[in-house]
Amino acid sequence: MAILRNKLRLFRAARYVGLAGFVVLAACLGYGQTTNSCLDCHSALPDPLGVTQEKFSQDIHAQKGLTCASCHGGDPTSDDPDNAMSRKAGWKGKIDHKQIPALCGSCHSDPAYIRQFNPSLRTDQLGQYRTSVHGKRFAAGDTKVAVCTDCHGVHDLRAPSDPRSTVNPVNVANTCARCHADASYMKGYSIPTDQFAKYNTSVHHQALTVRGDLSAPTCSTCHGNHGAVPPGIDKVQNVCSNCHAFQAQMYEKSTHKKAFEAASLPGCVVCHGNHGIRHPTDAYLGTGPDAVCMRCHTPGDPCDQARAELLYSLGQLDEANKTADQVLRVAESSGMEVSEARLGQDQARDSLTKARVTIHSFRTDLVDQDIQAGLKIAAMNLHAGKAAMVERNYRRFGLGISLIAIGMVLAGLRLYIKKIET
Amino acid sequence: MSPLRKVRDWLDERLQWDDLIAPLREKTVPLHRLSYWYFLGGISLFLFVIQVLTGILLLLYYRPGANEAFESVQYIMTRVQFGWLIRSIHSWSANLMIFTVFAHMFSVLFLKAYRKPRELTWVSGVLLLFLVMGFGFSGYLLPWNTLAFFATKVGTEITGQVPIVGKPMMIFLRGGEDVTGATLTRFFGFHVAVLPGIATVLLLLHLLLVQRLGMSIPPKLEVQWTANPAAKREMKFLPNFLLRELMAWYLALGVLGALAAVFPWNLGVKADPFVSAPAGIKPEWYFLFMFQTLKLIPSKVWFIDGEILGVLAFGLVALLWLLLPFLESDQPSHMKRWITGLAVFALAYTVGMSVYGYLAK
Repeated sequence: MAILRNKLRLFRAARYVGLAGFVVLAACLGYGQTTNSCLDCHSALPDPLGVTQEKFSQDIHAQKGLTCASCHGGDPTSDDPDNAMSRKAGWKGKIDHKQIPALCGSCHSDPAYIRQFNPSLRTDQLGQYRTSVHGKRFAAGDTKVAVCTDCHGVHDLRAPSDPRSTVNPVNVANTCARCHADASYMKGYSIPTDQFAKYNTSVHHQALTVRGDLSAPTCSTCHGNHGAVPPGIDKVQNVCSNCHAFQAQMYEKSTHKKAFEAASLPGCVVCHGNHGIRHPTDAYLGTGPDAVCMRCHTPGDPCDQARAELLYSLGQLDEANKTADQVLRVAESSGMEVSEARLGQDQARDSLTKARVTIHSFRTDLVDQDIQAGLKIAAMNLHAGKAAMVERNYRRFGLGISLIAIGMVLAGLRLYIKKIET
Repeated sequence: MSPLRKVRDWLDERLQWDDLIAPLREKTVPLHRLSYWYFLGGISLFLFVIQVLTGILLLLYYRPGANEAFESVQYIMTRVQFGWLIRSIHSWSANLMIFTVFAHMFSVLFLKAYRKPRELTWVSGVLLLFLVMGFGFSGYLLPWNTLAFFATKVGTEITGQVPIVGKPMMIFLRGGEDVTGATLTRFFGFHVAVLPGIATVLLLLHLLLVQRLGMSIPPKLEVQWTANPAAKREMKFLPNFLLRELMAWYLALGVLGALAAVFPWNLGVKADPFVSAPAGIKPEWYFLFMFQTLKLIPSKVWFIDGEILGVLAFGLVALLWLLLPFLESDQPSHMKRWITGLAVFALAYTVGMSVYGYLAK
């Protein structure tokens, strides 16, 4: 009986220790949490008033310690809705569409305030927005144009580096397209609505979404983001040259620049297009359906002859590279060591790429320099490939002779064994 | 008397050569429908000799070191006269030797040649198999190409999983925390000095035991021949069996030459420790069954880490395999059938897992 009593005492003691531990644990978990009574009600409300704790916890502002009151005002520490949403407590209610840029700008244009969260974050977004087409129309009273929340979202706003963010490079085109691809919404603005459809067929879209190259351009890369405007005709090459620097250098010195400017033609876009830009091919220099030169030039004129020369030289180096690659591939698959020549072919291919860039100078002599350099390397590598193939055949011939010799020894041994065993 | 005969007699007077090979003249080899399995040991020995000879030739040009190894092998393959042939034969014969050693082991197992009094022959043979795999593992890194680098990284990491001694062993093998030039120098030392030294001693012991104890006869045949000695068939080792063995060696030489000439051993791309491992990297074929098994074991089995469990299990299996002859009783009982079943399972498992590992992504 005494033993049983002792056991019961131990059990009770353990129970109290457990209870005390639970209280301490609960206190620890609760420590540091800010009371936000707004979510208690709004998490139960339907859209557009509904904001769940789960949704709001994803918001970059919430993660930085801001609450509903930071934008909407009021007193989130009060459990009484009348107190929490009283004008006395500074409650603003639903933020009016017209107030949004100014409200966001009240923090995001304040370098001292922003620095405490992210010192590298820019604070000129509102200023830029006011120079944009969106901002100007907004200032003129157009309520359909985009404000901050239209692009960035609200209540679950994420950093642009987050792949789920509406302004992550991969999602920017979709975000812009929500308005710009909607023909009925864009009615009255006199701008096309096929940009998104065209962009989806472009080499830029492919690089961004298929290859996963986040440096590949999307809408904001060329148009800007907060200060978004259509690039003017005379500024197009400045936009493209941000990435295609060498092509732009060549074009700057070319005769085409002056000619295009004189005819008010928008530089790069004349040959390459804009939103639906495709991977350029040598056929652009041809006379077939993809030809771009012959859209302006007439057959037989001096420029047409230069075009034909350029096309021929590019084709010549391309063919030389393919031949060398083919021979080296066969040699390699035969087990021959041709890694140096294979590596050398990269240089030959680089020469072809360089020549294709130099095309933007529209000078046959400059392009020919690159072509000749490439042809020399390709010829050297082709020679290495052919030498490897000769060596391969020599080895196989040697193998044949050796196998015959081995076969003769085997036959001799067999005959000798037969002789000594009979 | 011919001059050759005179030289031979002169040498015999001094070396007593005839006395030395007298036991071989007396030696006989049992003749039955499974006699051809006896050739596998000899072929393995022949390939080992090829390994030693081509290895010595490669040593003339190979330079161990992270900055030189790849380039020196590239030089051997492209610039040295017949360097490609020597390296390709070295690599192909290494792989063929591992194959023939495995085949030899299973033939010994199925023909029950490990039984008393040949337990030590089995033990030395299994130890030689482990050494041959060690040769393969250490030699694979020497060209210092990408595949070799990452295979060594994975392989030594697995060693590191062994409880208590694993980490020190891994650091000893790598010559540090990571696979670096120090690992290459170390593996080179193992490959050309440590392992050949141990292998030579074990090989001599193995051959001595084979010569002392003679060829084993399958149990059923042994019973028949004991009951009816007149039915016993055998051939002389010298010259009848040796000449046949010579034919097998010539055949192996032809296969080696053909493989080396038609499929010269690939050099790969120079190892770069700063790039990520190639996708779907796998070890050499003779480690695939273990690698695939470790991949299939769940990350946690009860409370034990899956990989540790796998490594420990393979260690235990290797130990039991080594001691296999001592597990079989003298009495003809179910134990013998159990060991045959185990051998069938081991062969099926090794082949099956290797094929699965090869095909798996």
